[in-house]
Amino acid sequence: MSGGGKIPVTVTEVVRVNELIKRFKFERSDGGLLPTFSGGAHTVVEMQDYGTSRLNPYSLMSDPADTSAYTISVRRDDEGRGGSLFMHRHVRPGMEMSISNPVNLFPLDLRARKHLMIAGGIGITPFMGQIAQLSAISGRFELHYAARNPALAAYASELSARYPRQVHLYFDDYDQRIDLQGLLDGQPLGTHLYVCGPKGMIAWVRNTAEAAGWPREAVHHEEFLAPPSGKPFEVKLAVSNKVIQVGEHQSLLEAIEAAGVDAPYLCRGGCCGQCETDVIDYDGTFLHNDHWLSEEQHAGGKKIMPCVSRFEGKTLVLDR
Amino acid sequence: MAIAFKEETFRDDFTFSNSPEAIRRFPFPFHEDSYMYSVNLEQHVPVRPENTTRSLPDTVFDKTFDVDEHYVAEMKDRELVLAEDPLRCQSLPHMTLAGWDLLELIMTAKAAEYPDLFELHRDGDHWHWINRPLGIEQKFVFMDETTLPYGPMEYITRQTQGDFALLDQRDDNLWMDAGMVTTQADWSLDFDIGMNFFEWHAPVPKAHEMGIFVRALKFLLNIRQGSPARRLNWTLTVNPLLDTSPENYHKWGVQRATLTPENLGQKLHLRVELQTFFRLPRSNALVFPIRCYMISFQDLVTEPKWGRRMHRVIRDLPDELADYKGITRNRELILDWLSHYDDGAPTSPGAWADER
Ligand code: FES
Repeated sequence: MSGGGKIPVTVTEVVRVNELIKRFKFERSDGGLLPTFSGGAHTVVEMQDYGTSRLNPYSLMSDPADTSAYTISVRRDDEGRGGSLFMHRHVRPGMEMSISNPVNLFPLDLRARKHLMIAGGIGITPFMGQIAQLSAISGRFELHYAARNPALAAYASELSARYPRQVHLYFDDYDQRIDLQGLLDGQPLGTHLYVCGPKGMIAWVRNTAEAAGWPREAVHHEEFLAPPSGKPFEVKLAVSNKVIQVGEHQSLLEAIEAAGVDAPYLCRGGCCGQCETDVIDYDGTFLHNDHWLSEEQHAGGKKIMPCVSRFEGKTLVLDR
Repeated sequence: MAIAFKEETFRDDFTFSNSPEAIRRFPFPFHEDSYMYSVNLEQHVPVRPENTTRSLPDTVFDKTFDVDEHYVAEMKDRELVLAEDPLRCQSLPHMTLAGWDLLELIMTAKAAEYPDLFELHRDGDHWHWINRPLGIEQKFVFMDETTLPYGPMEYITRQTQGDFALLDQRDDNLWMDAGMVTTQADWSLDFDIGMNFFEWHAPVPKAHEMGIFVRALKFLLNIRQGSPARRLNWTLTVNPLLDTSPENYHKWGVQRATLTPENLGQKLHLRVELQTFFRLPRSNALVFPIRCYMISFQDLVTEPKWGRRMHRVIRDLPDELADYKGITRNRELILDWLSHYDDGAPTSPGAWADER
């Protein structure tokens, strides 16, 4: 169920886009074509990080119709658990890796008359695929892209050169802000709104849209949480009858997988609900980090999302 | 493997029948002597019978889209249904892309898996499709609707056995936004179009309480490109009628009253739906092909294990399920007929027929 088939790929290009971002190109190691995908999809990249295997999701940013290669962009996170550092430091052209089939948790709503996109920083990547898909079918879109400054605004110049009328850029260092209220007011009926960027931006866009009366189904967002690090803890897996240790820089899901137990997942970022796991017994405190369970469920002690959530205390027994 | 396509009908004189090979590969749906409603989804990959050494040259699970001896006749029947009622094929405007996805999926699978029957030549967007059994040859431009005689979904599903529902995925739900439905067991595309997963499943008894649907929906939302899933469903039909639609209930409903102990073996059919689910690449939609296999009771009991088990399943079926399957009215009659094929001997595990 967690499967979906791995694709063996070779890294064929690594490009430094700016101070923080590198772009990676993957081609099938056997020379064949990769699956077609839809704009907004991601792939899960498997990394063998010196003893720890990491599975990190990254948005596909190449043209969905081009099946000869996939490209992703990775922003270096110096404070993170190391996935992005591994990509930046160790991944070189010629390296063999393995990636998942594409999964789309941020698809375009094809009923929309117009697609209004709001991107912040590295949140630009899923829109790259969506824009390529839309421009091939002459779909109507408008992109508002905010970044710290022009040097850090990845792909901004390419995008505005290609779509001068649709792309609008904003730079924090120049005190430029998206006039969201005005933007939302002026949209034709049937417009769908998409946002991808930092947590604060997503909340701001969703709240502003809600206050302006936008229906929930017309507002789409994508936010992958990176699994946070924390104190190591021990877990008993009741079904597989195993006791496992979750390391400081490892997620509970990764520890379950490392023990050879197959567990469901899609986003690995606390938003899709697939990894939801029943708690059989516990004595301690949950550190819930997901966007899936309700507040009552977080307080209830019956469920945990192992892709991002952790535990502190004596015993934790899971139905897995 | 050459398939001898049959000339037969699914209406009026009902000349439909299965050859011995078709009986042997029939997807008998009962793994044990009782039946309980469940979702029982599994990966759609070829399976081999585990409990028997019997040689099966092929099974209905081997190919992405199974083509069998009824192919040509079923496509003729579909043509007749559509001529009478064009609303059996509908596609909301945003589903055209999913239609192209489906066309690509079917054409590439059939050309790869049945190279003697189907060919696909691609030169960029310029495609050339050959369907030998139906005598069709078509050159067209992929993603250009004006180059095909019908929309992409209608074009390809006029050439593929089974009903098709195209489900759009949004708001954590699935929406029945397009389909080709001419062989359905008592449901209506025209009624369900635009509905979401819970709305179109509303009439199933009990299952809702069991939370089955919530889990099923979650499973379906999780279906990924490259990993299709499948399940079997079943019902009984009097006469090998493909089109048991609500629209035509007045025509087929009355046939239920025509069953007698003498004609039952020939008239009553076990109808099995092979339901598969595929994630489509460009549209992110799900396609849900529902393929129907029928077998008369007299053919079914030629496999002694199936005869014994069918009797036990019908006998022990909870009343509300019997109602749901539409067999309450004839249940005594059916049990009486089947009891002659059940000597009380134990049956082997699994659904496959035994070695003889
Ligand atoms: S895998 Fe998506 S919520 Fe955990």
